[in-house]
Amino acid sequence: MWIYEKKLQYPVRVSKCDPRVARYLVEQYGGADGELSAALRYLNQRYSIPDKVVGLLTDIGTEEFAHLEMIATMIYKLTKDATPRQMEEAGLGDHYVIHDNALFYQNASGVPWTAAYIQAKGDPLADLYEDIAAEEKARATYQWIIDMTDDVDLQDGLKFLREREIVHAMRFKEAVEMIKADRETKKVF
Amino acid sequence: MNAVKPTRDWYPFVGPFDPCPPKYVKTYYVPPNQFIPYQPMNLPQFSLADALRYGTLWPALYGPYESKCSPRGSETGG
Repeated sequence: MWIYEKKLQYPVRVSKCDPRVARYLVEQYGGADGELSAALRYLNQRYSIPDKVVGLLTDIGTEEFAHLEMIATMIYKLTKDATPRQMEEAGLGDHYVIHDNALFYQNASGVPWTAAYIQAKGDPLADLYEDIAAEEKARATYQWIIDMTDDVDLQDGLKFLREREIVHAMRFKEAVEMIKADRETKKVF
Repeated sequence: MNAVKPTRDWYPFVGPFDPCPPKYVKTYYVPPNQFIPYQPMNLPQFSLADALRYGTLWPALYGPYESKCSPRGSETGG
């Protein structure tokens, strides 16, 4: 069960009318290493992973939804007032034809989100290493999106999200260490 | 450790018949989590206001990144 707090995890400010960047931000919305993939991946892996790391997956999976909400807010702000012409100039003409100014779970190239982006292998190490890789890929994606905009307010929100990826990868690395340890085993010498 | 800088450089092969002006140095970022196998107890902390702004409570995990897009829109770095 979840408790919803009706505010963003970090304030989202967009100070430049630039729908072009919305098209790139969609990668973190419905892309392979985006926030939706991350949330669903972690919250699904929880059921078949040792008890001691279930809480970590719950916490991080939940936070990913908070990040998803921030990305959605950024995309919404960048596109909500765009005319069909502006959408087309931003490379979003096909998006407008299909979705008007609505958001949709797809990547920056317009490919719809698919569960094939995520995996649950049932092996704790395989799953945790996938999670670490996903965090590092998301961090890299944030870097390249930050490189694509000169809006410092938008960069500010993206830099926050990028730092969270670093912290999450750290926690998953720690989960790997916990899985490797065998402190509960009775040792007879 | 990232004692000096958080990036690493490498020098890709430059061929005599490359069609575009070559980049002689390529750079990638190495986040601080790569140097901490398991976070020790009682590390120094940011103030709560700074922690919110930076996205982490821990200076040891803070790895900032600056945009390669300058305010005037021209590209810098590489």
